[in-house]
Amino acid sequence: MTMDFSRDKPIYSQLVDRICGDILRGKLLLGDRLPSVREYAVETGVNVNTVQRVYKELEAMNITETKRGQGTFITTNEERIELLREDMKNQLAANFLTSIEALGFSKEEMLVVLKNKA
Amino acid sequence: MLQLSNVSFQYKKKPILQDVSFSFPIGQIIGLVGENGSGKSTLMKVLAGLLQPTAGEVTLNGKQVTRRSADQIAYLPDTDLFFEYYSGEQLFQYYASQFEDFSYDKACIVAQYLQVDKSTKLRQLSKGNRGRMKMAATLGREVPYYLMDEPFAGLDPIVREQLIKGLIQFTDIENQSILLSTHELYEVEPILDRIILLQAGSITAYEEVETLRDVTNKNAVEWMKGFYRPSVNDTDRSR
Repeated sequence: MTMDFSRDKPIYSQLVDRICGDILRGKLLLGDRLPSVREYAVETGVNVNTVQRVYKELEAMNITETKRGQGTFITTNEERIELLREDMKNQLAANFLTSIEALGFSKEEMLVVLKNKA
Repeated sequence: MLQLSNVSFQYKKKPILQDVSFSFPIGQIIGLVGENGSGKSTLMKVLAGLLQPTAGEVTLNGKQVTRRSADQIAYLPDTDLFFEYYSGEQLFQYYASQFEDFSYDKACIVAQYLQVDKSTKLRQLSKGNRGRMKMAATLGREVPYYLMDEPFAGLDPIVREQLIKGLIQFTDIENQSILLSTHELYEVEPILDRIILLQAGSITAYEEVETLRDVTNKNAVEWMKGFYRPSVNDTDRSR
């Protein structure tokens, strides 16, 4: 299926997030080969130029590496992925704080709710 | 480079295109949007060399575009212009006889990818399947420019998604460009590099789709709607 994209973010950054999410969830493993640019473009229903930008971005973030003539692979550097995990956690927390602030909830009262949820 | 310089087109003294200038670079998929009657089909035909502009000129790599430019430009019309007693195979053979760049094999591969039977007569195909066949015939051509007039109009979402994937799969965006007109902007946006808005025969906006999202936090549909609001001040006053 093609993907649905949220309206307020560039498509390429939504795809970067998606691939990072797949790594963190273990759907993509360290050292795994990513599909070719065209394969991924067809899979997600997105312009080839956009996917090229996604792959470039991931490489600049040192999350993937390109081996000449072989394709693009997820890094085998565990520390890098650990860092990605921490970054994502912080980002998620920051988003959450912004959302509860907008509704006037305090961190403390939300913590109680979060603990009881589990 | 396919270029329009100060192009105007009149039909029975009624202006359809007004002083349009534009260059289509290679390596992009560009969406042409605008209301019905804004001149999209006419613009396509002028670019394809099927209509002569009343003023201004259309050039391809510096040479004037005429009907003969068809060897560089594949045009997909919005109407069913094909002989309905042809089967897909016969349609592909006809294309092969008209266009040197046409690959019968590629057209068959595209037809197979789009899951449409090439031995059935066009008349016996559903509208969706005729749309698929038209796309297969067009993509069977190997040209730098594809001009597609409403390739997704009137087709169900499943067919539209398939055609979109076919477009990605069977074009080489490093060496080719696609200009396609559409009203299905929400679905088509992810495959577009840029978008042109045509209003009353003039290009009123031209943007990179990703920049729109980045800078204005709007997707293409919302961005486009902004050009049709009566006036921003009016909405402010009503609050």
